[in-house]
Amino acid sequence: MADTLLDIRNLRIEATSYPPGEPPRDVVLVEDVSVSVGKGRVLGLIGESGAGKSTIGLSSMAYGRGGVRLTGGTISLNGRDIRLANAKALRALRGREVTYVAQSAAAAFNPAIPLMDQVIETCLLHKVMGRAEAEARAVMLFGKLGLPNPESFGRRYPHQVSGGQLQRAMTAMALCPKPDLVIFDEPTTALDVTTQIEVLAAIKEAIRDTGVAALYITHDLAVVAQVADDILVLRHGKRVEYGTTAQIITAPVEPYTKALVSVRSIEHVEKADAPPVLQIESVTARYQGTPFDVLKSITLDLPAGQTLAVVGESGSGKSTLARVITGLLPPRQGQIRFAGRVLSPALAARSRDDLREVQMIYQMADTAMNPRQTVGTIIGRPLEFYFGLKGEAKRQRVQELLDQIEMGKGFIDRYPAELSGGQKQRVCIARALAAKPRLIICDEVTSALDPLVADGILKLLLALQAAEGVAYLFITHDLATVRAIADRIAVMYRGEVRRYGSKTDVLAPPYDDYTELLLSSVPEMKLGWLEGVLESRKMAAAGN
Amino acid sequence: MHPVLTLVVQRIALGLLLLFAVSAVIFLGVAALPGDTAQAILGQSATPQALANLRAEMGLDQPALTRYFNWLGGILTGDLGTSLSNRTDIATAIGQRLGNTLFLAAWAAVISVPLAILLGLVAARYNGRWPDKLISGVTLSTISLPEFVVGYLVLYFLAVKWQLFPSVAMVFPGMGIMERLNAVILPVIVLVLVVLAHMMRMTRAAILNVMQSAYIETAELKGLSPMRVIWRHAFPNAVAPVVNVVMLNLAYLVVGVVVVEVVFVYPGMGQYLVDHVAKRDLPVVQAVGLIFAAVYIGLNIMADVISILANPRLRHPK
Amino acid sequence: MRIPISALVGMVFTGAFFLAAIFAPLIAPYGMAEIVGGVWDPASEAHWLGTDAIGRDLLSRMIYGGQTTIFVASAATVLSFTLGSVLGFSAAVAGGWTDQGLSRLVDLVMAIPALILALVVLSVLPVTLTVLILVMGLLDSTRVFRLARAVAVDITVMDYVEAARLRGEGWGWIIFREILPNALSPLVAELGLRFIFAVLFISTLSFLGLGVQPPLADWGGIVKENASGLVYGIPAALIPAFAIAALAISVNLVADWVLSRTTSLKGGRG
Repeated sequence: MADTLLDIRNLRIEATSYPPGEPPRDVVLVEDVSVSVGKGRVLGLIGESGAGKSTIGLSSMAYGRGGVRLTGGTISLNGRDIRLANAKALRALRGREVTYVAQSAAAAFNPAIPLMDQVIETCLLHKVMGRAEAEARAVMLFGKLGLPNPESFGRRYPHQVSGGQLQRAMTAMALCPKPDLVIFDEPTTALDVTTQIEVLAAIKEAIRDTGVAALYITHDLAVVAQVADDILVLRHGKRVEYGTTAQIITAPVEPYTKALVSVRSIEHVEKADAPPVLQIESVTARYQGTPFDVLKSITLDLPAGQTLAVVGESGSGKSTLARVITGLLPPRQGQIRFAGRVLSPALAARSRDDLREVQMIYQMADTAMNPRQTVGTIIGRPLEFYFGLKGEAKRQRVQELLDQIEMGKGFIDRYPAELSGGQKQRVCIARALAAKPRLIICDEVTSALDPLVADGILKLLLALQAAEGVAYLFITHDLATVRAIADRIAVMYRGEVRRYGSKTDVLAPPYDDYTELLLSSVPEMKLGWLEGVLESRKMAAAGN
Repeated sequence: MHPVLTLVVQRIALGLLLLFAVSAVIFLGVAALPGDTAQAILGQSATPQALANLRAEMGLDQPALTRYFNWLGGILTGDLGTSLSNRTDIATAIGQRLGNTLFLAAWAAVISVPLAILLGLVAARYNGRWPDKLISGVTLSTISLPEFVVGYLVLYFLAVKWQLFPSVAMVFPGMGIMERLNAVILPVIVLVLVVLAHMMRMTRAAILNVMQSAYIETAELKGLSPMRVIWRHAFPNAVAPVVNVVMLNLAYLVVGVVVVEVVFVYPGMGQYLVDHVAKRDLPVVQAVGLIFAAVYIGLNIMADVISILANPRLRHPK
Repeated sequence: MRIPISALVGMVFTGAFFLAAIFAPLIAPYGMAEIVGGVWDPASEAHWLGTDAIGRDLLSRMIYGGQTTIFVASAATVLSFTLGSVLGFSAAVAGGWTDQGLSRLVDLVMAIPALILALVVLSVLPVTLTVLILVMGLLDSTRVFRLARAVAVDITVMDYVEAARLRGEGWGWIIFREILPNALSPLVAELGLRFIFAVLFISTLSFLGLGVQPPLADWGGIVKENASGLVYGIPAALIPAFAIAALAISVNLVADWVLSRTTSLKGGRG
């Protein structure tokens, strides 16, 4: 093909791993991957963590992070093989022909240098244009990417602007030297959902207007479907499926791709109303030494055996609500009523039964388990502590719980470090279950997991609820998760409940402004979703 | 007032408060220890009358708090008190010696600071390769040696075996600058060796820490040469930690100088302090101890102030 | 488990030093203060390391000196460690005023260089082994306190500690079952470094004439006794100097290895 920009053939990438106490060994990160990008085309690279997406992305600059080595195949860029190019030739192409947008722009910008100097650095270094021209181009790009006050924006330091703005500034930095190819490495993953859609739209428009080719790396198929022309699905460093975006989304061939496309499609019918197990009554709370309330007069009910999903973005106060319920943060006003009785505001004053009946599961299963305790000890401790189980009886009950979380035999004597991410979260669920609670608070329990693993956890939680009749207070930022699991929904924004009711009511119009914005910002797994949303927002704005 | 200035003023005020507290520890803390200064001076055979006379003369019969404020007031007006052992004015005795000690420490600093930063840069640049391993290996052994051992090794080989330099660092008033330099060369070498190891290791760690930041990868992916990456992107962020390292190690010189002066019989503050500890001459020990502590605290304050000034987040608030 | 060569060498030497210290009276060919030869006799069949400034067998002095040095340093380390880690953990777990009070006190003591403060204190107190051990142990416990507190604070913010508190566990379980097992490795590595520091510290004090008092021998003191010979080209003073360095380097090698195992062990089991 005459207009091929990047052509990767049979790429093999290796690294040396240093397991503690063992001799170092080589591991293969990417094996036999071939893919090409035409001029002005956008290729999506998708896969879960460890799939080798970023590694392949960076290989198009012949760059290996840490000890990563490109050990086989060809990487031809503009017709020449760059895999074994010398350092000087690589410096000439990096930042000139290919540029890079990192996941965390906050870390990728130098804190000691004003943004403008960093954005135009490549233009000057590679002598693409003079300073005046480069600054003019940067200001133009700032404007195109929707940054406030494009003229003066570049004078700021990285810590003086928000995360969403930094991500856009990084895109401007990548586009400034007029490269042939830009690598976007999960550019919106760290952002809140309402910010994500804005940045995504800005990136898409900038790609279209400049005619640059791009590699768009993400774990979220719905996101990549909005920007990519073609998609390469990766798993464990190998190619699973490669096709046009339309084909991957509408007619996937491989089972793994099919699973990715149908993720988040758990059907959950809300249950009929029931008497409440948890009543949050006009709770107001603030952290010690801060001047403002993080929660402002929150009132919510959770029916027994059901799920109340608390949705909100960072800073909405949803995790603080969990701290108030558990007694870690006594409220300034209001009270928590549990199973009809008022819970003491402070943890220390609660009875052992109060503590037992409210359990908690955390976002990071890694830090929620003591790395020096075995699975048996972790799950067994609540049994011993609350029910006085010992010895064989305890071990037997632990095994029953392990069976319930579908982990079976052989795990009881393992340490957390020997488990996968999904297994760790399952053990945490078993620990909560061991206390025979009536309420489990789930704080972003699926956020750190890959989509398919997260789906498995949600299904398990639903099954356990059906079997044990336990209620969930489910804290999340992800509306797709909410749809899958909730009976009731509370939408929180800056410490207030914006919308509260049964799932059907909350997810049906008419909406308030914030819920509307939040709902419409969640990427959907269909082509043209982004354009559709932007179009309808524009019309709504024109209508006002 | 600019927020940075506020922080700096706060830090200095805190330092002065700390110095005040330290003076209380050195005076009142010592007064609270078991042990009788008058008895220590006159010995076990002293008559009760002699003891009482001496206590009255030294003001030991007054409450400790009164004596403390008298002492502190004296120090603030330049009166460091009188030596017990030879009844001389401490401030006068210290004057010349303080100059000698500063002369020694200053030369050690002037040589060791650039050298340590240079070696730290080299070790960081060749991280894990042979120059790094060589430098790290040598400095590890120097760190494991007490100052006086380094001192005698240098003295034995450079002064006695090879006879390159004089073995005793004699300085006296009216000496020419070149003679003076020749006299202090061995102690300076020892101090440099002692401080260099710590300073270099910490510099290396500080630079490596900065080099692991994501923005360094950004710079590499822009096609910048390694030197340009270090100079333009790593250096501005490494200044604060490196300066901090330098200051902390200069503070470390304060301890090193005491021992090195004894090894080379150099007429400075350290020698003076050690002599008077042996003589149990408390007023001298307290005065000199306070001066050392003040220098140490001062250098620590400077390290903090420079860190504050070098932090872009504080210099350019939101 | 593979032990690197450097750590193995460190362990062998450290072990040898400690064994020699424990069995000093059995190994030493002559008495500690016994005058058996001339002034600074060179090494011979009878005196492997020669004799010292007043004709005592240097090898025997070295062995007994090692005993004193290692005993004082070990005792000071045990004291500083017990005190520092108990107070550090308590401050981290208790928080609030207990933490503030202890932390500021430690800041205050650490604002004065340890050697200077030790000299000030020793100018008043009688210089005996007990006093030396107490002074060194107390001064050094400030450093252990800071480390133990920092490590414990890092652990107390972990979700698994919060989970234990939410379960209703008492302080005992939280400190001994949740925090201590995870804090042990960095503390053990620190133990080695504190011991080296104690060896260097007691040697320095003795060298200045303010530590172990004659006729008792310790390595710093032996350097001092024989230092005047250096000017005449008699290297007797360098022998204890080498011993101090060898002990310090051996322990350092072991501590480095323990420390590197700890850092590569994040979340793993020991």
